[in-house]
Amino acid sequence: MLLVPCPNCGPRSSQDLTYGGESHSRPDPKTATPEEWRTYLYLRDNPSGWLVETWYCSSGCRRWFKLERHTLTGELRDPILPGSKTGVASDEATNIQGGTK
Amino acid sequence: MSFVSIRLPSAGSEVIDRARPVTFSWNGKKLKAFTGDTIASAILANGDHIFGRSMKYHRPRGVLTADFWDPNLFVQVDDEPNVRAAHRLVENGMKVTSQNVWPSLKYDVKAANGLVGRFLTAGFYYKTFMKPAKLWPAYERILARFAPGGEVDLDTPHGYYDKRYAHPDVVVAGAGPAGLAAAIAAARAGASVMLVEHEHQVGGHLLWGSDDDRAAAAGMLTDARNLGVEILTNSTVTGRYEDNWLGILQRNHHIAEERLIKARAKMLIVAGGLIERPYVFAGNDIPGVMTSGAVRRLITMYGIKPGTRAVVLTANESGDAAVADLERAGVEIAEVVDGRTGAFVRSAEGSGRGTNHRLSAVTLSDGTKIDADLLVTAVGWTAPTSLLNMSGDRPVYDPAAARFFPGKTPDNVLATGGMVGDGTHDQLVAHGAATGTLAAGRAAVVQHRLQAATARAAAVDGPEPDYPEDLRTPLGRDPHPALFRSTTHGMVDYSEDVSSKDLFGAAAEGFDSVELIKRFTTATMGPSQGKLETVNTVAVLAEARGETIAEVGTTVWRPPYAPITLGALGGRVFEPVRVSSIQSYHESKGATPILAGQWIRPEHYDDPQAEVTNTRTNVGITDVTPLGKLDLKGPDVPKLLSLLYTNKWMQLPIGGVRYGIMCAEDGVVLDDGVTARLGDEHYLMTTTSSGAGGVWNWIENWLQTEHPDWQVHVTPVTTGFTSINVAGPNSRKLMGRVVAGVDLSNEAFPYMNVRTGTVAGVDDCVMWRIGFTGELSYEIQVPAGYGLHVWEALLADGKDLGIAPFGLEAQRVMRLEKGHFIVGQDTDGLSKAPTTGMTGLLKLDKDDWTGMPEVKWALEGDYPHIVAIQPTDPNCVPEEACQILRGPESNEIVGRITSSRYSPTLNRSICLGQLSPEFAEAGTELTVLLVNGERVTAKVMKHHAHFDPEGERLRG
Repeated sequence: MLLVPCPNCGPRSSQDLTYGGESHSRPDPKTATPEEWRTYLYLRDNPSGWLVETWYCSSGCRRWFKLERHTLTGELRDPILPGSKTGVASDEATNIQGGTK
Repeated sequence: MSFVSIRLPSAGSEVIDRARPVTFSWNGKKLKAFTGDTIASAILANGDHIFGRSMKYHRPRGVLTADFWDPNLFVQVDDEPNVRAAHRLVENGMKVTSQNVWPSLKYDVKAANGLVGRFLTAGFYYKTFMKPAKLWPAYERILARFAPGGEVDLDTPHGYYDKRYAHPDVVVAGAGPAGLAAAIAAARAGASVMLVEHEHQVGGHLLWGSDDDRAAAAGMLTDARNLGVEILTNSTVTGRYEDNWLGILQRNHHIAEERLIKARAKMLIVAGGLIERPYVFAGNDIPGVMTSGAVRRLITMYGIKPGTRAVVLTANESGDAAVADLERAGVEIAEVVDGRTGAFVRSAEGSGRGTNHRLSAVTLSDGTKIDADLLVTAVGWTAPTSLLNMSGDRPVYDPAAARFFPGKTPDNVLATGGMVGDGTHDQLVAHGAATGTLAAGRAAVVQHRLQAATARAAAVDGPEPDYPEDLRTPLGRDPHPALFRSTTHGMVDYSEDVSSKDLFGAAAEGFDSVELIKRFTTATMGPSQGKLETVNTVAVLAEARGETIAEVGTTVWRPPYAPITLGALGGRVFEPVRVSSIQSYHESKGATPILAGQWIRPEHYDDPQAEVTNTRTNVGITDVTPLGKLDLKGPDVPKLLSLLYTNKWMQLPIGGVRYGIMCAEDGVVLDDGVTARLGDEHYLMTTTSSGAGGVWNWIENWLQTEHPDWQVHVTPVTTGFTSINVAGPNSRKLMGRVVAGVDLSNEAFPYMNVRTGTVAGVDDCVMWRIGFTGELSYEIQVPAGYGLHVWEALLADGKDLGIAPFGLEAQRVMRLEKGHFIVGQDTDGLSKAPTTGMTGLLKLDKDDWTGMPEVKWALEGDYPHIVAIQPTDPNCVPEEACQILRGPESNEIVGRITSSRYSPTLNRSICLGQLSPEFAEAGTELTVLLVNGERVTAKVMKHHAHFDPEGERLRG
């Protein structure tokens, strides 16, 4: 189980958090076409590599935040609260248990 | 040849306590053994050597490895099937029986399978019983009798299984010399250490080695204990997951049957040692053929003489040591075949019937045939790299050493001991100690980082320590001859009855991948989890395909390392059960409890139909505490409500209440409920009972990510209040007796309004005039500590008004009489908001609300409608989820019943259902298919409400 670095609570087991999925922006509901809206609802990039995703610290500080996860290696980096300019660990992976930080 | 094992004279090396005898039964016979005996050693000591029959061919089987992995020693102990006889310790009064035998171990009729074995090749069952498909039930009935395994007693009470969470610095898997040394070194360096050993004693191969070996093990055990290492014997690290999340199955807990420890280790040291491989040749599963480890354990640890006349095939030190052990035990050594010189064993044969069946002769590679009742093989090792595989490692084959070695592991996983190389005792201990020190150093860095990454933790001292590099001196690798299969065919997987011939056949059929061969033949898929079989499978496949072992590669070992019981996985559930502050009343009245989500609620006190009638006639009260409640404060609450609900919220006056439907972004109904405005910037939102948590998350998401500029503070207050619904024609009269400071007249406090005041002396109660039941009703929210007091005050003051409590069932009947839908029951995961029929609440002229585009598009097309339905026969209550068909003769589904009850108010059955739009017109005749296959007619009603559609009672 991944150790997910919450910007407030620090690294916590992923079961303490709720996965919010791939981060994506919401189209204007007034003007969105069905194609645009359903792309927002259902289509995900699912890349092999770094992916920006959202997590909710549901058993901790109850903040939604974003981070980047490498879908091949499982590395996590750059947790960031909405509204913040920079993350906690700059752009290096928060590789808590690895040799390189 | 008849053979009887005997107990050797007592020796200092043994783990049994001869001063403490144990009595148990084996297939009905009363036998004696000693404390510390395994079931296997206890049975052997009593002269039996056949434990059961094999899965497919029902061949008699005896001891092969005499340890946890022995594939032949599965027995039934009392009501527990599939017990490993060479691992489970014998206990007084145990009733042990052989399994996989019919009608008895001695006369097994299915052994005939062995005679036709050449027809039972891999895939035999799949291929033979595939067609015709309609005969499968008949096949299944017969084949089920041939299925392996013991018998499950369905009356067995559920045992107590526990769970624990742990956060050790270092977990060491395996307590042989290297693992013990690693644990000690890590603890000396200041790490908290868990040492996990799946045997009953620590020491690994030292236990069946020399007296010096055992002294070394005892010394290290003392050191580890003194250093505070947590030592878990009879326990297994079953899996390694991301960031060293480990499952550890503890079988020796003093209270629980088993305990599953979930450990987040900063470092994992894998020191699983080596597992001895069996040799593949004709007759290699005849009782009396054993590995060198098996005879060494039996002689040294359990004082068992494993045979009388032995042939030993040895290609390494373990085989040589076995010769010495056998001589010490008084076993005649008929021949030592040295595998290092190119000699091998060609085949073996047995004689004797039933439980006397036993090895009688061994044929060597030069054709010599030797009489023997014991054949010991020492042909090489398998490194059980499972935990390393789970860490991403792919083992690499070394032909010179004839075994796989670990490849590259992540920084937080280290391996030591026999798994990574060979050496003297001192070399193994030195490598283990270096590994432990390295692990402790890395764990300290991880600890520093964890603390530094946690904003609210205490400040870390100083800069991060340097991350220790791996500077360990590697262990060497002893050369070993490659001995996998003889010139004959024999068993590769004993527990699945897969022979080398089956693997050759599968290769000839075109299976070229070891992963596919494994699934096709089921080799390596039995309860030994491939520990004994994988490398032989790979070697035989390589031979069959004319490739090298490195080219064939190996299968990936996945969790678990060893099978886990379902009890341990289910274990203790860490989920709180919620009850309201009125629960003691419900219990005292003998209310039937019902589990609703996390809550225990009273379903009914006596007759739910009578509870309905009394509420509609007099007055009733019900406990609705689980109703979700969110306190919303701030100037932007109306904006939030407008975003989350489909209708308009900007003009709700103070004291007003409004109903809302909440949609997800795909337009599907997510929740519904009423919200009251208590003050200028103060609102109280209610949600469905089951939706309370989800709606809170949903609100936080919108506030934090899309609208962080909005000033709204959300507080969940579901359990802060006890909620009591007072319903019925007499409810206003009753409220007048308990409420102070609020004018209850219809003019001053009309329907869909809220007031705050004092109830039965309790201040700060919130009173809502709403009515799920359709009656004149007040929902009172009482500060939770006073819930029971207010409940009892209402009951006392309402006596002459005919008051009675009603439960969840009566409430459900009344809401169905009123046609109120329940989200998740009358709607489903595809029901967009228009399906509810509340199209007047879907305000498409608002700027934004969640799911609005989808709702707009849904309204432009067809969608299912929720409608009220009444069966023609008033006494027929169709089960919920019954299908509604296009016509009496049709099988086409056009809808379904979503709710149904018998209404005591209307004296007839009533339903809600979802229907295709063409069938949703009032008056349409419907065909309902009951569960028993009968078709009945029903009619679509004009209003959702079966009762009082104009809502006169509610507003009166």
